[in-house]
Amino acid sequence: MTLDTTTRTGLHLAGVTLRLGDGDDTVTALDEVSLTVAPGELVAVVGPSGAGKSSLLAVAGGLTVPDEGSNTVDGNDLAAMKPAARTAYRRQHIGFVFQSGNLIPALTAIDQLRLIHHLHRRRAEPREAEQRLADVGMAGKAHRRPHQLSGGERQRVGIARALMGGPSLLLADEPTAALDRARSHEVVELLARETRRAGVATVMVTHDTDVLRHCDRVVEMVDGKLSG
Amino acid sequence: MFLALRELRFARSRFALMAAVVALIAVLMVLLSGLSSGLVNDGVSGLRRLPVTAFAFADGTRADGAFSRSVIDSGQVEAWRGQPGVEAAEPFGNTLVNAHSGAGAPIDLALFGVRPGSFLDPVPAGGTRLGGEDGIVVSSTLLDAGLRLGDTVTVDRLGVELTVVGATADQRTFGHVDVAYLPLDTWRRIHNAADGEATAVAIKARAGAAPDLAAGDAAAGTTSMTLADAFATSPGYTAETSTLTLIQVFLYAISALVVGAFFTVWTIHRTHELAVLRAIGASRAYLLRDGLAQALLILVAACGTGVLAGVGVGALVADGDVPFALETPAVLTAAGLLITLGLLGAATAIVRIAAVNPLAALGAQR
Repeated sequence: MTLDTTTRTGLHLAGVTLRLGDGDDTVTALDEVSLTVAPGELVAVVGPSGAGKSSLLAVAGGLTVPDEGSNTVDGNDLAAMKPAARTAYRRQHIGFVFQSGNLIPALTAIDQLRLIHHLHRRRAEPREAEQRLADVGMAGKAHRRPHQLSGGERQRVGIARALMGGPSLLLADEPTAALDRARSHEVVELLARETRRAGVATVMVTHDTDVLRHCDRVVEMVDGKLSG
Repeated sequence: MFLALRELRFARSRFALMAAVVALIAVLMVLLSGLSSGLVNDGVSGLRRLPVTAFAFADGTRADGAFSRSVIDSGQVEAWRGQPGVEAAEPFGNTLVNAHSGAGAPIDLALFGVRPGSFLDPVPAGGTRLGGEDGIVVSSTLLDAGLRLGDTVTVDRLGVELTVVGATADQRTFGHVDVAYLPLDTWRRIHNAADGEATAVAIKARAGAAPDLAAGDAAAGTTSMTLADAFATSPGYTAETSTLTLIQVFLYAISALVVGAFFTVWTIHRTHELAVLRAIGASRAYLLRDGLAQALLILVAACGTGVLAGVGVGALVADGDVPFALETPAVLTAAGLLITLGLLGAATAIVRIAAVNPLAALGAQR
């Protein structure tokens, strides 16, 4: 499959429906959801637990395929790709920021970033990992492992990792869930800054309404439907 | 190996514990291998070092105790000499006797009666070949036990005196008893055998030829078996080798289970981390390769350490009375099997990686 990476058009979800099994029943996690996020735009998705926010990220990131609708990133339809091609696309064009960073315990901060180059099987840009860490203010702690970092520092490393390789789409899953108020603002400010600097389309799922002022747009999700 | 090496460094105490278990199993494997080779040598080295292709015993003789039961005559030897593909056929006598040295020390001997000058006549490393009626050429292990060239050995009850005229360069034992070669006529006197009688026909094939043993048996009225099959005639040989083989098989299975169990727990412990790796684009093949490389590194390091330790312990054991012989091919085979089966055990655990769902990376699992 030839992928078009010459132009960035961001994320386009159109009429996405996702049904999940729940015991003997089926739950509609996403109900004809449509969302467009432009390059350089940070969109926050808020809503109560179980509203379908994580499902939205899962579909947008190609972790799962919707039952109906389409999901395109820079014009490439992830739902139409075979699983291996979707994994490769995710590796090359989509960055994830997880709760608490979800860093690999055995790796130092700098190795968390070098891992991405290793997964890409390409020669690392000289000092790209060091530069990314410096961009998020973590240059001085490059050789610390996750358990030697604070929650905010882990998230900074997580953001740097997600931006390695220059993704088109950045998906952040509750990045402030384990942080205090001050750290939460720092992390989302960083996310917003990097979104604009790198020209990446960013979707952030959050419960934290306090940080929404850093976002370009806020949409609300209730019972699998999107509004706002 | 990017992840594999860093995880080995990070969780070194856990991996060291597992490697220590594998290393101990490797030590045990080396010791068992040495014991197995030692017992085989003790049981059949005397037969193995004969330049013989096959033995023909009296018709209907079973492998179990063939050398103690069989009696053949000169006619059967002649019949075998005329068989196609047979270069030579010689009468061969085999009797276990109790004896004592000139100093009164008891000595058990496997007397191999051979015709001096025949292809069975051993070339000693020291002393002279068989010639005189009472001369014997003994296994080097008897010299290690204190016997010297020129010493007299007296066969118990019969009172036949034999003189040590030569010794072989290597160990030659049969049924855990040291071999003494002696002229066939002297053997007949000790064994109370009639003229022309012997225990079996020793058959030597022409180079590149494979004599038809069934045809030879039909012509000579014998029951023949190849040299390797004749090993089973050594007292206790089959029981000893099968017991040790069974122990070794169990050890291989235990090793595969231990490694498999460790990597199962390790993989389950890493499930969320693996989900994150899958989410950020690591392919299943990448993670499987990484996991297997990690297992291979540990197994090779642990087996290498264990084999070295086992060889060291074995060298100490070999100096004692225990039948122990370290043979490089046997040790390398044991180490290779240990690594292969350990890797197989690890692989059955690591395939779980393929089932890890990257969706698990989302949410509040960590």
